[in-house]
Amino acid sequence: MKVLVPVKRVIDSNVKARVKSDHTGVDLANVKMSINPFCEIAVEEAVREKEKGVADEVVAVSIGPAQAQETIRNALAIGADRGVLVQTDADPEPLAVAKLLKAVIEEEKPDLVLMGKQAIDGDNNATGQMLAALLGWPQATFASKVEIEGGKAKVTREVDGGLQTLEVDLPAIVTADLRLNEPRYASLPNIMKAKKKPIDVKEAASLGVDIAPRLTVLKVTEPAKRQAGVKVESAAELVAKLKNEAGVI
Amino acid sequence: MAVLVIADHDNTHVRETTHKTVTAALALSGDVDVLVAGKGCDAAAAEAAKIAGVRKVLQAESAELDEGMAEAYQALVTPLMASYDAVLTPATSQGKNISPRIAAALDVAQISEIIEVVDASTFVRPIYAGNALETVKSSEAKKVITVRTSLFKAAAAEGGAGQVEKIDAPAAPAHTRFVGQEVVKSDRPELAGAKIVVSGGRAMGSAEEFQRVIEPLADKLGAAVGASRAAVDAGYAPNDYQVGQTGKVVAPDLYIAIGISGAIQHLAGMKDSKVIVAINKDADAPIFQVADYGLVADYMAAVPALMDALAAVGK
Ligand SMILES: Cc1cc2nc3c(=O)[nH]c(=O)nc-3n(C[C@H](O)[C@H](O)[C@H](O)COP(=O)(O)OP(=O)(O)OC[C@H]3O[C@@H](n4cnc5c(N)ncnc54)[C@H](O)[C@@H]3O)c2cc1C
Ligand SMILES: Nc1ncnc2c1ncn2[C@@H]1O[C@H](COP(=O)(O)O)[C@@H](O)[C@H]1O
Repeated sequence: MKVLVPVKRVIDSNVKARVKSDHTGVDLANVKMSINPFCEIAVEEAVREKEKGVADEVVAVSIGPAQAQETIRNALAIGADRGVLVQTDADPEPLAVAKLLKAVIEEEKPDLVLMGKQAIDGDNNATGQMLAALLGWPQATFASKVEIEGGKAKVTREVDGGLQTLEVDLPAIVTADLRLNEPRYASLPNIMKAKKKPIDVKEAASLGVDIAPRLTVLKVTEPAKRQAGVKVESAAELVAKLKNEAGVI
Repeated sequence: MAVLVIADHDNTHVRETTHKTVTAALALSGDVDVLVAGKGCDAAAAEAAKIAGVRKVLQAESAELDEGMAEAYQALVTPLMASYDAVLTPATSQGKNISPRIAAALDVAQISEIIEVVDASTFVRPIYAGNALETVKSSEAKKVITVRTSLFKAAAAEGGAGQVEKIDAPAAPAHTRFVGQEVVKSDRPELAGAKIVVSGGRAMGSAEEFQRVIEPLADKLGAAVGASRAAVDAGYAPNDYQVGQTGKVVAPDLYIAIGISGAIQHLAGMKDSKVIVAINKDADAPIFQVADYGLVADYMAAVPALMDALAAVGK
């Protein structure tokens, strides 16, 4: 079985994003970038399937600038076998990413696409579902457990109110939630090995997909800042303030 | 311009997230219809028809719609969009599961988790864990939108006099089967719409301690219970209690964070609350930077004292 894992290069989750003073976007100059945490979880899951003998190849695909090769190397260091970089300096919207991924999938013909539920920059939570629609494949989003057997995936999903289990026929799209696994730290030997694994680079334009943005960003602003309030000395003082000052109890 | 709202409901009642999404829809157009898809959902459809401002209700029933299967929603809603210019879905887990699939089937962008309607084609949405707000304009013929309901007021539950129209459900998806579900039943208010939320963090140390400390306080206040990711990951609280960037976003009148440090991702889910209280033994915890009232204390002493102080004022 072949598993394809789309991975996105995003701002590191420990960094607080700052809005540019000209309100055109978020300032990413000299900011630490990392593999999107949900994509890392997806890679880990795919590699575990390989280690169990269920998958025989794991391909990491990223759409982004040349530096997204580093993101692919992260995936290779966890244990993915090879990478594909669809290079573009545009920052494609989820629909365009889904269309580019569809083109890669038609070439690669994976049995399973494991991806993140959400990229922590745009917070869209959309690409996997869109890709499933474009391919006409079943989807199992927000996975906290995946079991693959006999051409099917049994997926436990984190839903409103609890957990739901679906069975989908492969090929399918599965998106990872936080509880799916805890990604390993790549060992130094594996980081070294990852440097030798192949990455196939193609220009986004060569895939013949229209990736023009559908939305125009008019401005990006900072949300209203919350002011820190006061420290209270005791629970009794807290209750008095909540009752008399804030009027919320 | 006509707008379709996909209702969030449990077949019997329409959840408040739906009323809030109707408010967002009414900011786009006066012609707002609501789709109630489920099974045995007559009561919910009747309730939806009474929401102030709703023109009519479309009701569709099948097991797969009831189970929330995205393929079924794609098959149902995509053809309906011939008669609508926009479809709005509350950004619940279910809404996030189905809406992008509909957008891709229509070959349009999804505008995710809007918090404001500027005009019928311009919307504000948080990005980067809410550390930036993006104003986007869509010039596409159809708009597919999910709504972060916490910042919209609910449309009145009474006042509408729409008809309920039954429509056919699509054929069952060929490649997806429902296996089962585990729903956490609780008599407490739902996190999404609660006036008061009490949340516990990693400091609780165990599921037993979480239940012993957080739940009685929530019950005393008639509050919903929330948790940090760390508390959920460790199994102290169920997954759908997670408040934050990648969990639920809430904006209650009162949010009480107990033993939660205040990571960016947690703040993203609660910083629009009206009043924030933090109880943490570390005076430098970042949660205090957003708290209106901070109590630097060990929760083991502070929570019992808070219970007593509430009892003293008749709570
Ligand atoms: C991709 C991604 C998504 C994420 N999404 C979310 C999300 O949606 N929601 C979320 O919450 N987090 C999320 N996180 C995790 C987030 O970064 C933090 O790790 C998490 O919020 C920490 O939880 P906590 O505050 O309970 O634990 P900690 O940070 O460990 O804080 C525990 C706090 O308890 C205090 N404490 C300890 N003992 C006591 C005591 N006896 N009395 C009083 N106080 C005490 C400590 O001083 C400390 O401040 C996400 C992270 C990533 C990478
Ligand atoms: N530029 C990209 N390159 C590769 N994968 C992506 C890209 N953008 C999004 N994805 C995938 O889609 C998931 C959800 O992203 P989003 O819909 O943007 O929140 C991510 O976790 C990735 O798996």
